[in-house]
Amino acid sequence: MNEELFVSGRDIPNIDPYLNIWHWQIPIYLFLGGLAAGILFFAGFYTVRGRGRKMQATVKWAPIIAPIVLVLGLGALFWDLKHKLFFWQLYTTVRLDSPMSWGAWTLMIITPVSLIWVASYMKEIFPWWDWKFPIVNRMEAWIIKNRVGLAWVMMIYAIILGVYTGILLSAFNARPLWNTSILGPLFLVSGFSTGLATTILISKDPKERKTLSRIDLVFIIIELFLIVHLFMGFLAGSETAIEAANLFLGGSFTVSFWVFVVILGLIFPAALETLELWGYHVPKWLPPTMILFGGLMFRFIMVEAGQITRYLY
Amino acid sequence: MRYAMAIDTKKCVGCGDCVVACQTENNVPHGYCRDWIVERVDGTYPSLSLEFRSERCNHCDNSPCVRCCPTGASHKAEGGIVLVTHTKCIGCGACIESCPYDARYPHPEGYVDKCTFCIHRVQKGQNPACVDVCPTRCLHFGDLDDPNSDVSLALKDRKWKVLAPEAGTKPQLYFLT
Repeated sequence: MNEELFVSGRDIPNIDPYLNIWHWQIPIYLFLGGLAAGILFFAGFYTVRGRGRKMQATVKWAPIIAPIVLVLGLGALFWDLKHKLFFWQLYTTVRLDSPMSWGAWTLMIITPVSLIWVASYMKEIFPWWDWKFPIVNRMEAWIIKNRVGLAWVMMIYAIILGVYTGILLSAFNARPLWNTSILGPLFLVSGFSTGLATTILISKDPKERKTLSRIDLVFIIIELFLIVHLFMGFLAGSETAIEAANLFLGGSFTVSFWVFVVILGLIFPAALETLELWGYHVPKWLPPTMILFGGLMFRFIMVEAGQITRYLY
Repeated sequence: MRYAMAIDTKKCVGCGDCVVACQTENNVPHGYCRDWIVERVDGTYPSLSLEFRSERCNHCDNSPCVRCCPTGASHKAEGGIVLVTHTKCIGCGACIESCPYDARYPHPEGYVDKCTFCIHRVQKGQNPACVDVCPTRCLHFGDLDDPNSDVSLALKDRKWKVLAPEAGTKPQLYFLT
């Protein structure tokens, strides 16, 4: 018998070298969830503010992407499940202690809400569109009349979804890198920033892009501020937290994090957006693409690195 | 009733019998295990110390795996034993991430698997398989609420520690040192 099978708990061939159970599906899902949250929040926000006419891409066009990425994200989540045929068990119970239960139910609400939102704009997007059934037309008319109410629901659930993508990780006491409550706001801000970036990519109106770029700039600055706080918190924490921070301060994730996430994904696009606001010519696709890239990298790195950190005993 | 286990690190020789007994008793698939041995060497030559620990699920009082489970598959059974209902488990991996002891693994069939304290034996009044098979009798199992149980007597006049108490999980594996 192969002695290594049991000699060390950290040397189990099918599980170790470390218990890496979440692969690419989870960061992809966190990225898509945050992105959808960002798109939907600002669609709701400008509707509530009554500026929907001026912000066509934000309110009408970008939200088309939201249900698509939400469904893709759910697909990634489903792919990740190991006991797939039992996924419906998620919807047989509400467990307030479990962030994943919260997430499952939040998605159950925000996905249809985003679909309804897009459906209410179908006739504006495709003038030849017809719902065929009079009852659907009546429902559509009712929704269009109550769009502001729907916008409020969408904004609230977008915030819950955005925060949830962070809380999903931060609720795990066993992984010190994740176990910090700042992850909720950080993922929310990062998700909103990627949502704005998507809307900027879609928008054809320079005025709208300018407004969104300004907001995005604020979000990037908040994100940088939260990242500094994240590391300050770790370095002032227990030994496990310091070890977690060291993965990014000289450890194996140092280059990928600071180069791809912070410099290429946050500082560069922020600088380019500032130049753009000052009137310099910057390719309009460049800053938002970099933000999207940075957001995706951030989630990959956090999920991967978090699974390496553990209690020391 | 509160089931617990005491592991005598001074008696354990790291033979791995407990691991094999568990794999046999519980039909654990090849390449996985519900319990394992940790050999820990501390210090620098020539002043070294060696500790053997037979580790498994800690059946924590404050179990993060039960709290984070989105379907209620992870639950507490009689005596605080933490179990997974296979037909409720969706294999999301949340409990695996939540465990400071890395005591859980995804079974090839999809659900998450772990030590059950051999509840099927305990219900019949027997010890878990690992305890019965140990050649140095370094594993002690029983009810902590019963002062005359094997585990209570083992803990009575020995020094002990638990793993990562700072995790706040209130683990129920006591390592006699």
